[in-house]
Formats: sequence, structure tokens, C-alpha cells
Amino acid sequence: MKKLVLISFAILFSYSFSYSQNFINGVIVYENQSGETLPLTGVTVYWLNTSLGTLSDTDGNYKIPLSSSSNKLVFKYLGFKDQVIEITDKILYNITMLNDENILDEVTVNKKRKTIQKSYFKTQNIINVSSDELLKAACCNISESFETNPSIDVNYSNAVTGVKQVKMLGLESPYLLITEENIPMIRGASQVYGLSFIPGTWVESMQITKGSGSVVNGFESISGQINVELKKPYSDTPFFVNVYSNNMGRNELNIHGNKIINDKLSTGLYLHANKNTSINDKNNDGFLDNPTSNAFNIFNRWQYINTQKGTVSFLGIRYMNDDKVIGENTEEMVFIRDPWKGEINTNRFDSNFKFGYVNPSIPYQSLGFQMAYSRHDQDSFFGTRNYNINQNSFYSSLIYNSILGSTLNKIKFGLNYSYDDFDEIVEKNDVFYNRIDKSIGGFFEYSYDSMDAVSLVAGIRYDIHNNLGNFFTPRIHMRYQPYEKSVLRLSLGTGRKSSNIFSENQNVFATGREIKISNNSGKFYGLDPEKAINYGLSFRQGFFINNREGDITFDYYVTDFDNQIVVDWETQGELSFYNLNGKSFSKSLQIDLEYQIIDNVLLKSTFKNYDVKKQYNSGFKQNPLTPKNRFFTNIEASTNEKENGSKWKFDFTYNWIGTQRLPSHTELVDFNGNSPSYSLMNSQITRVLSNKLDVYIGGENIGGYTQSNPIIGGDDPFGADFDTSLIYAPIHGALIYVGLRFNN
Amino acid sequence: MKYLIILSLFVSSFCFSQENNSKSQKVSFKVKGVCEMCKDRIEKGTIKLKGVKYVNWDILSNNISLIYNSKKINLDDIHKGISLLGHSTEKHTAPSEIYNNLPDCCLYETLEIH
Repeated sequence: MKKLVLISFAILFSYSFSYSQNFINGVIVYENQSGETLPLTGVTVYWLNTSLGTLSDTDGNYKIPLSSSSNKLVFKYLGFKDQVIEITDKILYNITMLNDENILDEVTVNKKRKTIQKSYFKTQNIINVSSDELLKAACCNISESFETNPSIDVNYSNAVTGVKQVKMLGLESPYLLITEENIPMIRGASQVYGLSFIPGTWVESMQITKGSGSVVNGFESISGQINVELKKPYSDTPFFVNVYSNNMGRNELNIHGNKIINDKLSTGLYLHANKNTSINDKNNDGFLDNPTSNAFNIFNRWQYINTQKGTVSFLGIRYMNDDKVIGENTEEMVFIRDPWKGEINTNRFDSNFKFGYVNPSIPYQSLGFQMAYSRHDQDSFFGTRNYNINQNSFYSSLIYNSILGSTLNKIKFGLNYSYDDFDEIVEKNDVFYNRIDKSIGGFFEYSYDSMDAVSLVAGIRYDIHNNLGNFFTPRIHMRYQPYEKSVLRLSLGTGRKSSNIFSENQNVFATGREIKISNNSGKFYGLDPEKAINYGLSFRQGFFINNREGDITFDYYVTDFDNQIVVDWETQGELSFYNLNGKSFSKSLQIDLEYQIIDNVLLKSTFKNYDVKKQYNSGFKQNPLTPKNRFFTNIEASTNEKENGSKWKFDFTYNWIGTQRLPSHTELVDFNGNSPSYSLMNSQITRVLSNKLDVYIGGENIGGYTQSNPIIGGDDPFGADFDTSLIYAPIHGALIYVGLRFNN
Repeated sequence: MKYLIILSLFVSSFCFSQENNSKSQKVSFKVKGVCEMCKDRIEKGTIKLKGVKYVNWDILSNNISLIYNSKKINLDDIHKGISLLGHSTEKHTAPSEIYNNLPDCCLYETLEIH
């Protein structure tokens, strides 16, 4: 029953519902002296480095829930050799225990669970990113974790704040719906910095959906969705510490503690802190290459599972504070005028509650309810320009899952309600903006699965929104799998959003550009809502060469805007916002190749081509600062694991970034309007010393490529030509870091 | 009017899903099989029998749990349907010509659970 409850709960709240194998089971046997095979009772079975364990019964049967923090199952029994197996994608592992004096080698399983998984069976194009993948780039928060992931591009947004911005299918993060356990999270005020406020160690897994996602979570996703699943107190390790330090003076600390209070209730406390006090101006432009900063993050969550009644609940409370100081290097320079300085101070409070019920006698019917409240408060100034934003948000959703006829036809339906109150103060003369967005929506999603070649998910929602109006949002996904290793996926859907122009384009404040909004009396700063259609196809072919597995994937997605807020950096000294008048599209082609070269060495290679164009007032042009072509390669390798769990892990990422169009600026004479192409290399070596302790050392941008003049007009930072926003490459050179992880 | 759209979306889907649970029967019995492939075959084959709403087969115990609509199919036909997949149940033995065509790993008369 517990299995059913957990599976159904996973279906309710998670995209990753093909991971319905929530238990590992099998029979444990041994051979006696006369050669008979007999069941072994009382064998301890547990997940390596966790407290999650069980015993085999009188028939030698065992059953253990999957653990999120370990994929190694240990079998222990006095008088027999310990066995450790690595769990792959099966759920049945029958074990033969060997006598201690037996000198036969342990069972070794070579196939590993991949850290980035694409499924052949899911209807939508969803890429699952495990916590092991997040370990490959040890630093530090989610926005930095995508460096080893080819589906998401990481760009610097400006030369002073050090913030990395993600893009998918050629579009910036505001066009993505970013959810935390399916509650919309990074939106509005938190759009630019939000991803950097989620510590990487808190993450259990992420699901990246390309193209329009499910209608269940709202109408906002345009180019895709990223869902972040956080660690759960019941399945996470009881104690965890991570420290990190780099040569730029950044120090990070993470401490987690989890406690299972009784068979129903468990709780976890997660702490994160980071500090960067050193003054770095490696390129000697007089400005700090990255801000000095101070951040603190605390999260407490409770998990309640009642398997008899079929209920699961979560309660979470979180507080975050982040202070950054940016600007000119006042410690090492003498000024004849006022130095240009800035501060970005953010406070955020989050709370959420989730409840799920699965009818114990009818496992295909379930009900889920979730609600979340957050308050986001950013006070900042950049030179003489101010920007303060305060957002209060409430979100709730109710979802019901059932079937039509049989489990081949499933339906989901429910309601969402969301409320957002924005207060903004912009600029020197303190212009106030206040807006309330309210919406209520109903959704219905039907999915059909023929259990073999064909599946389909079709959804529709209707929303009543005080500023966007009343509208339908249809979305459809199809999957066709003609052969076992070939799968074709199609998707089509619409999306809408309100553009928070200042919070999404905060990099304008660290420039001398004058903000111009062509007011046409729309509801959002005088502008209209954004609306787009996204469609695409994906084809994946698996193969075996030399008995080793590989696959190749072609993805082609188009986003076509009906209306977009054009963010126009084309004119020097100005940033203009206006409604699209003409065409705007993003066409993205991605070809991925993945191949296990030899045991323990996995190669991933990706080529991407983006064609992102729109109609500006000055003509139909390629989006600035968007590389047309990109190439990515990642190699991960490890040595065989020793008996005590020790091994080496190596990871190397190479990125080639093609030329990017730069908006015209008189001081950018050396480029003919285009940036040069360049390469970036990251690498990390991890030494797993035992099952409890890892140490790692890594380098980012090992080649040390930097943009030669990231700050334009830096000698007169209060003038109209001052610009820190035209960034196409890293600002600082090679970065070296070290760290350790301990868990118990 | 606009709220009516949401309401009707909600109510109609609710009505859809509330099909006669009263005629739903829950039952559990043994079906022979030895591996993941058997599980796949048994579950896919059984769910496609008209009237069967839900199925789950456990390898270790060989137990199948079913929910079916008693107006559309009777229990004996379910047993028969499963046996025609090549997997014998408590009531019906699989015809030998079908059994002999099972994938090698599924030959449960000679193999252990693996």
C-alpha cells in the first residue's frame, strides 16, 4: 500500500512519473555445503550512507524504498561477505550471498545510472537531472549548475553584479516557467537573481521540459519549464556538510540535518551561507569583477506520511537574505570624484503546504492540494539610480487524478488561484509603480498511453486574469515509438506572461542608458501582455556500437511571438521598451550525441544553432548577445570503486561560443558589430575517500578567456555612455576552487 | 459567464471521472510468471481486456491485483484472457502452443524467478 501511496503522490506532484519504481526488491539466497540454494533470513539491506534499511523475511524476500541520496544497496549478514550493488533501472535484484571464506569476487555491475536521463517512455520531452549531475559543477547554486548541461545556456548578464542568466531555446529565463516542486517560484521580482538563491545541495533532482509544458502549472511557460525537487527529510541523509572556497575569495557553507521522528513524521533543517569579502579587479578596469557579498539561507521542512490512510503532507518555511556590494574599487584607488557604487539587498520569505490523498482501495484516484505564500523584497541602488521591488505572492492549486475506463486513459483536472502584488520604485526621481495581478484558472488534461508505441497528453486551461484578460491555453504532446530505441515527440502549445520590465532587465541600472517606454496604455507599464506559440519535434535514436550504448537526439523548436515586449538596446544611451510591431521568433536546433566510450567513460557532445530574430524600431535583426552557434562537450570518467567506497571522479566540459551580435556603441570600434568566438573549459576532480567523505578541486574557465573591455565608459560612470551590459564573455579569468562534502 | 467556463470544465470532468465505482470489483489471484518481461506482458495484456480498469502484478508473490467493471466483464473471462497471454492463472492454464511461444526468459514452468 505504501508503494501505491508514494507512487500516486509522485504522480500528483511530480513530472517524473515514469520513476514509478519506488521500491527495489528481490530474494536473497545462499548455497549450503551440499550445494542447495536456500533463502537467507534476517539479512540487513540498506542504502549506502543512509539510515534507510530493512531485513529480509523468512523466505529471503526484501523490499526497500528507493533512496534519493544513494544508488548503492548494501547486503550484510554475519558469516557472509558484504555485497554492494549499484541500482540501475531495474527494480528486481536477486542476491546470492557468499561465505566469508569464499574468495570469489563481489558482484560488480558496470552499468551506472546516468546523471542526466532522457526517457523513451515519457510523452513530453523531459530531461531529468539528478543530484549527482549537480555535483559535477560543485559550485554553488542552481544558476551555476547548468554549466555541465547542454540544454540550458548560461550567460553573464552584466559586468558588475556577477549574475549568471540562463536561457533555453534561445530565450531568456522569464520565458521559462521555473517551479519548485511544481509551485511557480522564480517569477516577477525574483526573475534575475532567483535561481542563484537556491543552493545546489538542497536539490534532489531537476526536470527540464523543452517546449510548452503541462497546463497543470499555469499558462506562463513559453519556451519550457524547469522544475526543482528539493531534498525530502524522510529519504535524505541524516547529516550533511559541504564547504567550498575559491581563489576569488568566495566561501560557501551548507549544513543539512534530517530526523525521522516516528514512522509518519520527519523533519529537515537546511542551512546555507556564503561570503565573499575579497576585492577582485583582475582586469584593472577600476571596477570590482564580482561583488562582495554576504548571504544566508535557512529552510525547515516537515514531511508526514500516513500509509494506512493514504495521505502525504509537506510543510516548509524558508528565509533568505542576500547583500551584494558592487562598483568601483574604492580600496585601491584614489578618486577625484565620487566613486560609482551600488548595493543589492534582498530579503525573501517563503512558506508552502502540500497535501496529497490517494484512495487506498482505488489507487488510480488521488487528490492533491498545495498553497504557497512568498514575500520578496529587493532594495538596491546602482550609482545614482535606485531600484526597489517588493512582491507579495500567494498561489494555490487543487488537482484531481483519475481514469476513464481503464488506466490507459488518465485524466487530471483542477483549479489554480494566484495573487501577486508588486510595488516598485524606479530611478533617481523615484517613479512608483504598483500592480496587482490576480487570476483563477481551471485545467483539464487527458493522457492516453497505448502501453507500446503511442502516447498522447492533451490539455486545456481557461484563465480569468484581471490584467491579461480571459483566455484559453491549449497544449498537446505526442510520442511515437516505432522501434524500441527510436522515439519521436511532437509538442504544440501557447503561453502568455506579463512582463516585469524593470526586474527582468535590471542590468540597465548599471548603465547610463535612459529608460524609454512607449506607452500605449497597456496594463503593464503601459505595455501589453506577451503571447507566443511554441511548437517543436524531437527525435531520439539509441544505438549500440562495440557493445556500448549511445544515442543521438535531434531537437527542433520554434517559438513564435504574437506579442512581445521588445527590449531594445540598439541605440546608445537608451533602453527602450515597446510592443512588438512585426515578427519575432526563436528557432532552435540542437543535436546531442551521447556515447559510453569505454567502461566508466561517458562522452556527451552537443551542437546548437539559434536563429532568434525580431522586429526592432531600427529593423529586423538577430537578438543581440545571443550566439548563433554553440558547441558543447562533456567527458565524465571514474575509477572502479574500492570496497570502502573510495574512487576518483573526473569531469571535463568544453564550450565553444560562436559570434554574437553587439548593439552599436561608439566605443565598441574593435568588433565590427560582432563579438569574437571563444572557448571555455571547466574541469573538476573528485576524490571519494569513503562513503562518508568526498573532497574536490576544480577550475572554471581554465583557458582564462575574458572580455577585454567589459565596462564601457568606465572613466565617466555617471555619464550617458557608461555601459556594463554589453557582456559576451567571462569577466574574470581562471578560477580555482576546492571543497569537501561529508555525510553521515 | 467567464466563471461558468471554469465551473463547467471542473464539473464535467468531475462527472466523467466519477463513473460507477459501485460496479467496480477488486480482486486478487495468482498468475504465473518469473521476470520483468512477464510483468510487462501480463500488465499490458490485462489492462487491454475490456472492462479492466486497473492492474498490478507482483513478481515475487505472483499476485495480480485488479479492479474491473463487473457489468462489462466477468471474473472468469479475465482469467481466460490472461491465460491466453500465455500466463496460467489459478483457474485457467495457458494453452501450450501460446506458452511455447513466450520469450525464453518467461518460461515459468521451468525457470525460477529472476
